[in-house]
Amino acid sequence: MADVAIPRAKPQMSEAGAWAQLKHNRNWLGFWFMVPAMVFLIFFLAYPLGLGIWLSFTDTRIGRVGHFIATENYEWLWDDSIFWLSVFNTLLYTFVASAFKFGIGLYLALLLNEHMPFKAMLRAMVLIPFIVPTVLSALAFWWIFDSQFSIISWSLKQLGLISQNINFLGDTTWARICVIFANIWRGVPFVAITLLAGLQTVSPSLYEAATLDGATRWQNFRYITYPLLTPIIAVVMTFSVLFTFTDFQLIWAMTRGGPVNATHLMATLSYQRAIIAGQLGEGAAISSAMIPFLLAAIMVSWFGLQRRKWQQGENND
Amino acid sequence: MTDLPTSRIDLKAVLHSSAPTVAKDDHSEGMSYLQSVPRRIVTLYLPLAIIVVVLLFPFYWMALTSVKPDEQLLDLDKYNPFWTWNPTFKHFHKLLFESYYPYWLWNTMYVAVCATVLSIVASVFAAYAIVRLRYKGANLVGGLIFLAYLVPPSILFIPLATVVYQYGLFDSPLALILTYPTILIPFSTWLLMGYFKTIPFELEECALIDGASRWQILVKIVVPLAIPGLISAFIFCFTLCWNEFIYALTFLQSTSNKTVPVAIVNEFVDGDIYRWGSLMAGALAGSLPLVILYAFFVEHYVSAMTGAVKE
Repeated sequence: MADVAIPRAKPQMSEAGAWAQLKHNRNWLGFWFMVPAMVFLIFFLAYPLGLGIWLSFTDTRIGRVGHFIATENYEWLWDDSIFWLSVFNTLLYTFVASAFKFGIGLYLALLLNEHMPFKAMLRAMVLIPFIVPTVLSALAFWWIFDSQFSIISWSLKQLGLISQNINFLGDTTWARICVIFANIWRGVPFVAITLLAGLQTVSPSLYEAATLDGATRWQNFRYITYPLLTPIIAVVMTFSVLFTFTDFQLIWAMTRGGPVNATHLMATLSYQRAIIAGQLGEGAAISSAMIPFLLAAIMVSWFGLQRRKWQQGENND
Repeated sequence: MTDLPTSRIDLKAVLHSSAPTVAKDDHSEGMSYLQSVPRRIVTLYLPLAIIVVVLLFPFYWMALTSVKPDEQLLDLDKYNPFWTWNPTFKHFHKLLFESYYPYWLWNTMYVAVCATVLSIVASVFAAYAIVRLRYKGANLVGGLIFLAYLVPPSILFIPLATVVYQYGLFDSPLALILTYPTILIPFSTWLLMGYFKTIPFELEECALIDGASRWQILVKIVVPLAIPGLISAFIFCFTLCWNEFIYALTFLQSTSNKTVPVAIVNEFVDGDIYRWGSLMAGALAGSLPLVILYAFFVEHYVSAMTGAVKE
């Protein structure tokens, strides 16, 4: 490491005065440089994170200071069928959407990796759903899935496949399918483009060698592409799972949790209980209940990163 | 300083690693004889076309709805719904002159620019300190910042609402300007750490020997060399701010203070059966600035997105 050169300067510095120490000592300098970022992260991230867990043990309401009530909120939630429905919805939403995002994203990445005309433009276009604010595209989906004037219902009727309009966002099953579809639609570009970046680091000579040895396209994918991509897949999917699990805006813009709570996720339920109904303590308990799931996802990410280090050797920075 | 030009070229090579490389072109020529044209149509162009059409259709629909006259919007049988021959700008006119839309657009832009600038400045210092000063515990702090990136706004908005209220920031753009950096700083610090690592250490050594202070090194050597990284971070942060919803929904109350995503969801959704035109016009107008920005900086955007995952 070239960094070794810097500590050499330190012994001379330590003889200087205290002010010079503050200006030149690496640790003090590092501290000064970290101050702006740390102020934000401590006051608006670490402190609220702790405060949220504390609030979940109190009966705070909007406009009223709460008292410590131990685990009463959690006991209340334990018997609350709507809460368990939201947990079920969140898990269903996360698993189904992530699985599709992974499958379609990987497929799209493989397609985009081929040589073809207008390649750069296609890649740029594919990413557009990720650029446009989620809420705004969710509104477009809301209109596409309208109960009376849905373009999908109209097209299917013209084709003679259905006779009645489909009540997309009014029927529990359809509503779930619609929000999951919208989430997949929004997530696929991210997965595809990041996996594409990973694909481009795979050396083409590996494929050439394998093809000479008589490997099929599937074998090329299974024994070269997939193993080399595993580390980046682990990271991308952790991010994807994490953001799907805590999704709020898509649901809020499309269904607000309805019909009959069929699309309520834990995030939307906590918003409804905490901000709309004013029960801050109960809402905080719902969002704190998400933390164990998030920790599990983070552990997966960590092991994914570790494995990547191991594959590329330690000196990969 | 004679080293500068060469290192700049190196940096570019690193940056463009996501773009097609020479080796890639060789690959396509070397192996392409194995595929016939009909086979390529079925395995490549057709599925690609389907996916791209599905990905872009909502935007087409959004744009079409925003220029359709009202009577065509709801009468699907008399007029072909997939096209209109007499577009109208009535919905946009209503948006710009009969609603608070210009205010919302201004609020969104103002909050996004302020929060992004604040975050980038803080991140440059933090990333430089972690990567190059290597103070005691730098690696630990780097790990903690990565963890901070994984803390989602959905579990922070309730306690943050009480904090914002206590500090008297409720219903003010300042509440968003101060809370958005908690999302942006971890991301951009992580991204900039990756960029700073690619800057040759020898440049800094030379400067140190010539008597430059750390501040001078940062401002005169590191930051100019990391401009592409800064642009990437800036654009990505700006997009994240524009896209943010739950904080803006919780912390803002009065109609004129809202940001575009929140305002459209709350203010335009009334009982009016003809609301769709102006709703879609609003959604389109709210997306266009980002799409235009993106069109100019595609490469930077992609490198920001993949960089944050790769590091």
